[in-house]
Amino acid sequence: MTHTRRLQLKTIPLIVVSIILGPLGNVFLGKAMKRIGPLPSERILDLLPIAPRVLMSSYIWLGVACLLGFFIVHMLLLTWADYSYVQPATSLSYASVTMLSYLILGEAISPLRWLGVAVICLGVFVVGRTSPSTTGAAKRA
Amino acid sequence: MREAVLFFFIVVAGTAGELCVSRAMKGIGEVHDFRPKSILSFVLQSLRLPWMWLGIALMSLGFFSLLAILSFQQVSFVVPVSALSYAAGAFGAKAFLGESVSRNRWIGIAVVCLGVTLVWWSSR
Repeated sequence: MTHTRRLQLKTIPLIVVSIILGPLGNVFLGKAMKRIGPLPSERILDLLPIAPRVLMSSYIWLGVACLLGFFIVHMLLLTWADYSYVQPATSLSYASVTMLSYLILGEAISPLRWLGVAVICLGVFVVGRTSPSTTGAAKRA
Repeated sequence: MREAVLFFFIVVAGTAGELCVSRAMKGIGEVHDFRPKSILSFVLQSLRLPWMWLGIALMSLGFFSLLAILSFQQVSFVVPVSALSYAAGAFGAKAFLGESVSRNRWIGIAVVCLGVTLVWWSSR
């Protein structure tokens, strides 16, 4: 097995995990906050009584755990794979967050929103394919 | 209006926080040693830098704004719109970290902004 092939074998599954874990975290945060209901926005002090309910919500912690897991997987990936390889692939997370919102939260997604999400994925893909370091530090290394 | 303010915090405070952390990290230098003890000392070292604390404060503000907006808006609306942080990141990195942003990157950012506009319209 070539070196490149071996790298792909461990990189691609982890990219898939990160594309699911990050959006799943946001979906759980969304589920938690919908249960708590719209936050009062008149005075900052009105938010204080709500803080314990946010901290006691199991979905909040599930969401935070997913986001933390995503962060660790992302960091791991970046220790061996190039940022310009990982970042375009993770642009798909905008598609997966939309899909998971539909499947788990039952959000209605209009065709216009799908189109917008597809355009965002394309844009993030293009952003990621540009050079990851321009300040010279990495070029010297 | 409330949405616009919260998105401002998510995008601008979140990105500014990351830029502060990035600045703190550049101050410490590249990490070559991944043993737990070295990573711990790296974390402790970073916590001594004011940029790190400013970064953590700004990122927290961004996170709590995200929770606030999720209390009344759809996840499939909020997360795609927060992709605007790619634009904020590029402007910030150029102005604050002195990074040069390539033409291709600006093109990608323009495409992201177009996508965000479509998603924004989809909720009107």
